[in-house]
Amino acid sequence: MSIIIFNMKKVGNHTSISRILLFCLALSLSFTVSSFAQDPAAPAAATTAALAGDAAAAAPAAGAGDPVKGKELFNANCASCHKLDAKSTGPALRGVADKHDKAWLYKWIHNSSEMIKSGDAEAVKLFADNGGVTMTAFPQLSEGDIDNILAFTSQPKEVSAAPAAATAQAGGEGNGGSSNKLILGALVLVLIVLIVMLVLVNRTLKRVAAANGVVYPEAEPTLPLWKAYAKNQFLVLVTVILLMLSGAYFLYGYLMQVGVDKDYQPVQPIHFSHKIHAGDNGIDCKYCHSAARVSKNSGIPSLNVCMNCHKNIAEFAGDKDSLYVDHSKEFYTAEIQKLYDAVGWDKSAQKYTGKQKPVKWVRIHNLPDFVYFNHSQHVSVAGVECQTCHGPVETFEVMKQNAPLTMGWCINCHRETDVKVEGNDYYKKIHDELAKKYGVQKLTAANMGGTECGKCHY
Amino acid sequence: MASNKKYWQSVEELNQNSSIVETLRNNEFAEEIPTEEFLGDKEALSSSSTSRRDFLKYVGFSTAAASLAACEGPVIKSIPYVVQPEEIIPGVADYYATTMADGFDFANILIKTREGRPIKVENNTIAGSKVTANGRVHASVLSLYDSMRLKQPVVSGKPASWEEVDAKVKSGLSQAAATGGQVVVLTGTLASPSTDKIIAEFGAKYPGFRHVVYDAVSSSEALDAFQQVYGERALADYDFINSDVIVSVGADFLGDWQGGGYDNGYTINRIPKNGKMSKHIQIESNMSLTGANADKRIPLTVTEQKYALVKIYNIVTGSSVSVPAVNATYAKAVEAAASQLKAAGSRGVLVTGLDDVNAQLLAIAINNALQSAAFNPAAPRYVRKGDAKAVAKLVADMKAGSIHTLIMNNVNPVYTLPNSADFVEGLKKVKLSVSFALKEDETASKTTVAAAMPHYLESWGDVTIAKGTYAITQPTIRPLFNTKQFQDALLAWSGNPTAYYDYLKAVAPTYVAGKTWNQLVHDGVAVATVAPTAAAALGANYAGAASALASAKPTTGALELVFYTKTGIGDGQQANNPWLQEFPDPITRTSWDNYVTVSKADADALGLENWNVANGGLNGSYVTIEVGGKKLENVPVIIQPGQAKGTAGIALGYGRAAAMKKEMIVGVNAYSIYNNFNAFQTAKLTKTEGEHEFACVQLQRTLMGRGDIVKEATLNDFNTKDVADWNIMPVVSYDHKEVPAASIDLWESFDRTTGHHFNLSIDLNACTGCGACVIACHAENNVPVVGKSEIRRSRDMHWLRIDRYYSSKDTFAEDVEVKESMSGLLDSVEKFNNMEDPADNPQVVFQPVMCQHCNHAPCETVCPVAATSHGRQGQNHMAYNRCVGTRYCANNCPYKVRRFNWFLYNKNNDFDYHMNDDLGRMVLNPDVNVRSRGVMEKCSFCIQSTQAVILKAKREGRTVAKGEFNDACACSAACGTGAMVFGDVNEKEDPIVRLKEDERAYHLLSHIGTQPNVFYHVKVRNT
Repeated sequence: MSIIIFNMKKVGNHTSISRILLFCLALSLSFTVSSFAQDPAAPAAATTAALAGDAAAAAPAAGAGDPVKGKELFNANCASCHKLDAKSTGPALRGVADKHDKAWLYKWIHNSSEMIKSGDAEAVKLFADNGGVTMTAFPQLSEGDIDNILAFTSQPKEVSAAPAAATAQAGGEGNGGSSNKLILGALVLVLIVLIVMLVLVNRTLKRVAAANGVVYPEAEPTLPLWKAYAKNQFLVLVTVILLMLSGAYFLYGYLMQVGVDKDYQPVQPIHFSHKIHAGDNGIDCKYCHSAARVSKNSGIPSLNVCMNCHKNIAEFAGDKDSLYVDHSKEFYTAEIQKLYDAVGWDKSAQKYTGKQKPVKWVRIHNLPDFVYFNHSQHVSVAGVECQTCHGPVETFEVMKQNAPLTMGWCINCHRETDVKVEGNDYYKKIHDELAKKYGVQKLTAANMGGTECGKCHY
Repeated sequence: MASNKKYWQSVEELNQNSSIVETLRNNEFAEEIPTEEFLGDKEALSSSSTSRRDFLKYVGFSTAAASLAACEGPVIKSIPYVVQPEEIIPGVADYYATTMADGFDFANILIKTREGRPIKVENNTIAGSKVTANGRVHASVLSLYDSMRLKQPVVSGKPASWEEVDAKVKSGLSQAAATGGQVVVLTGTLASPSTDKIIAEFGAKYPGFRHVVYDAVSSSEALDAFQQVYGERALADYDFINSDVIVSVGADFLGDWQGGGYDNGYTINRIPKNGKMSKHIQIESNMSLTGANADKRIPLTVTEQKYALVKIYNIVTGSSVSVPAVNATYAKAVEAAASQLKAAGSRGVLVTGLDDVNAQLLAIAINNALQSAAFNPAAPRYVRKGDAKAVAKLVADMKAGSIHTLIMNNVNPVYTLPNSADFVEGLKKVKLSVSFALKEDETASKTTVAAAMPHYLESWGDVTIAKGTYAITQPTIRPLFNTKQFQDALLAWSGNPTAYYDYLKAVAPTYVAGKTWNQLVHDGVAVATVAPTAAAALGANYAGAASALASAKPTTGALELVFYTKTGIGDGQQANNPWLQEFPDPITRTSWDNYVTVSKADADALGLENWNVANGGLNGSYVTIEVGGKKLENVPVIIQPGQAKGTAGIALGYGRAAAMKKEMIVGVNAYSIYNNFNAFQTAKLTKTEGEHEFACVQLQRTLMGRGDIVKEATLNDFNTKDVADWNIMPVVSYDHKEVPAASIDLWESFDRTTGHHFNLSIDLNACTGCGACVIACHAENNVPVVGKSEIRRSRDMHWLRIDRYYSSKDTFAEDVEVKESMSGLLDSVEKFNNMEDPADNPQVVFQPVMCQHCNHAPCETVCPVAATSHGRQGQNHMAYNRCVGTRYCANNCPYKVRRFNWFLYNKNNDFDYHMNDDLGRMVLNPDVNVRSRGVMEKCSFCIQSTQAVILKAKREGRTVAKGEFNDACACSAACGTGAMVFGDVNEKEDPIVRLKEDERAYHLLSHIGTQPNVFYHVKVRNT
């Protein structure tokens, strides 16, 4: 039974098991097979390294512009509507400098609508080709800035170079990363050698003794240990009591975890990585779970919230900081595609098709019906961080239940946590009265009646 | 001594030589067991693919699988919106202002929705709201989720699409236009200016077009009278707030008289202020809700009521129309009422519910003579518009075959017409009949097209309840089924491509001044452009009316049968609503039935009886009612105290069978004898065999002189005597001294001055017993419906009950005197026995009782598992998950307010009510747990809402606003009369503080020292 429960909790958590296996393998075979011990972040790091190299090489070719500055400017100004290699709100911009005259581009970027109005044939055509969407004017960009951006957009696509660079560097990376394991392995080997030597020495000594005619004295027949033990009733009693006590202890422990789904980590229909969103990109929890501020539910974000960003982020690009990305770029891009399928977004046409299908997420935090929990009380009023209960979600590649969500766990917090009364007029009077009554300045939730049955059970 | 008795099992044993006995003795089984047949066939056994070993494998495997499966938690899916509507935040309620208008009930309300589902009705308190919600309006939200609703249009008995319906109707209409056939639209009272406009536009094309308005429960005579005097087909409005003396002749104006909704104005003057309160005299036959609330009740037959009315007319106007003498017992009382009315002058008002145009004319004459300030013909009500004569003509025309097309909207004449057989016959001669209906009811199942119409919570509309007001009906949910509004269809059929929503939006500004469309939809109500104008009274021959009325002949040899509608079921539109079926009638306290009420004297004469059986259930005789040759068989009888001798009462709206759940088909259809839409018929009652089992929730009928349960005082005593004389506080002996009972305590008291401390105040003067709170409580707290047989076993689940007590003598004060005069055992036994029977015309009180939230609660101390405990906010908590169902708490509760879940009432086919289907469960409040079997439950003071109010204040960083808690409790929020007020006694500004300090305040059973947080206000009678 316990195996089943173990399995339930680990659903989808393949990585941890495989890591243990990997470690064992590395321990025994660490010297010979270096590729097994390779750090997963290696390709990403390698990619960035390669990219930097390429950029350096390409810089002089683009002439006046500085592609590094250009990238910054591009990300700050253009990226919300343009991508380098794919159509977004605006067209793909790689190699745009080759398509248009530079002076024309300056004019266009500074004020495109003016150009369309003035009847510039090229401008009108471009406007029409892109579905009649007017581009925001950027008069604040100097011509130098635009040069930098164009330098950045003129860089050749570097994707193909990445895998080669990654494999080239993989060996070195792998060795460096497993130096600890190497030392451990060496120690194990030394130990084995020592044991073998001990056995050999012992055998040799025995042989020498036999050769010298040393006779071992005959051992006196003694009562076998287990019989002696069985005869000692006191010991048997003590053992039985101990066994019963420990049995009871484990039984209690087992029973108390029935229905407690701490670390429940189901496989979700879309592999959503909180690590990438909340950790890597630093998106505030309440940006997506906005209902947590005002409602009892934190709210699973509706898909239109995802589309606020994902309208422009159609593929996973990674980034040099995402050292802990667990899956391939293609994998994540495919997951984004699942979102598009559900919300009915046609990536290439940049249009909603109207064909929607809801995403059936697996609910992780399941409070029983007879418990009332209100997010807004905790998040807005008490100012409790989401992480206090949900754990370091920004590091979770796969979301899981962090806290046991047992009543004892709730009550404990209510007993220990001081109510945030400052600046809230509601608490002013009651705080003064209670503070006088209990003779304390700080009041816990329990002091305020937060451990009464009816506060959560109705 | 040895017995020589011989025990034998059958006669055969007595025959010594019987072979049968011998065979039986030798064989254990009388018939041979076919083991050989099965096991003897070796071939079949060996060829069987299932060996014994396999069998054991299967058993082992399935056992293991079952136990393993039990260990795994269920996977719960959570599905968010793909595109979340802007206004919906999951977990936060939205409110929409709308107006209910189903032709019988009209009310300005707010609808609470959660995640897009309407779950509760609340009163719209914005200025301009006319009528608050009664019990049926509160329950209407459940009728939306009626699983027996018509889910798509049906053409000739087959499910069809709306295109087919349109094609069918359009071809029919063009045929009618070509052949000059008559087209008739038959609706209930719409009170909708825009719909009237659409019908008129639709009808303009067809010569001889008629719009017939039909009210199942007619007010036709009153409308005729008003029309005769004021030239408009409407009903005078009454502001009882402007009256000191109210005389009602057969008008149940706290019930459904002329559309109801008069209780708010009435109760304001019923609360004694500065030593004054209004005086209410009720002359009636049936014991009605209004009669139960009256200061003086005069039970008279209908004929005598007519005489009384003429008498009052004579005295008030100084006329001298000759009239036969009224019943000697009450003649003086009638005269006294008339002179009091006259003395009150413009502060007096007379209303009548007699279905007689002459009686209605006299009421107008009397009020005009008084220049009554309460009588308001300038801003009449439009909530009844039915025309009995037009309906009768329509049925005759249909029978004659002169109607080509009949389009009906939300009427069910096959069920409600007394001559429904004629209607059905006529319907066969109608070429095209269309019925817009919520269900495939008696009528819709017989028409060519049964057009599925949306519930009012899914519809657009506008309502003019009274002249000068305008209200909007707006959808609160997308239509659940493939339905179409009557207005939309009519627009389409008259060739207007506009949708009704656009049409309404376009015409609304012409009816409303000073509000934009958005404001109008937000507020739900507005002031209309048509201002109330005092119509010049055309006058009428009042003296003639009076003498016509005086010439009424008394009934001899038969009973006068008076029809009424019940507080729960009303006209029967919502008969499939389990909340309403289970709602106990405020007077008889009986649910799931209608019955004929007779007086004790008539019952004795006819040999009719009511009696209680061993399990506490109430049983009664059956009668056959015969009205004008028509018979109504097997009608159960209830002996009703206060029923005028020589009369009987019966409720309409029961006995529906089409499109109803099996459990909900109860009662008899009294419409079948509602001849000529007259609520007064001459009937002959004959006893028939059998006994009826009632579901009556209150066995005790009288108060037994226990004046400390419902405290009463006369206005005179209240004004002149000391509080201690009429609000007697119990005393106990302590240290050989008499001390107030409340000062003695077994427990150490807890300081309750910090934080909130909730109290509920119930003013027995303002409570009319209407039961809106009972239904609101049901809706808010997911209270289960248990059905008739469980109710009969006293297993009702209502968290809030309204006890009704009769006096045993003429007044409660006399009961107390009798009790105090008792001496000795025999005397008291005899007197107590007598006191169990109510008087012929008793005084009545209503007392809402719910968990009293005792600060020293007896239930809390006996719970072995601490499932019920006290919160510092004064609420008695009930942790369902902790409860193991010992029921000690219920046994120890002196107020008997705890309810036990004897069964699982949800998802259980044995309780096939709304909680047993997916649709019905949509009404459940997501903030309140649905209890399971074996758990105790009770009123929680709506802790989910009080907590929500507190949380809202905390989030906004402010203190709770004055009176904000009042709307937290479902009962106090639903109470339109202000009888129930809920609040925080630690908040000086809260109205509850003043109420608690009021000298009328007392606690129920205060001598037992439970220190409840519910307190009552002494009932003061203006006798």
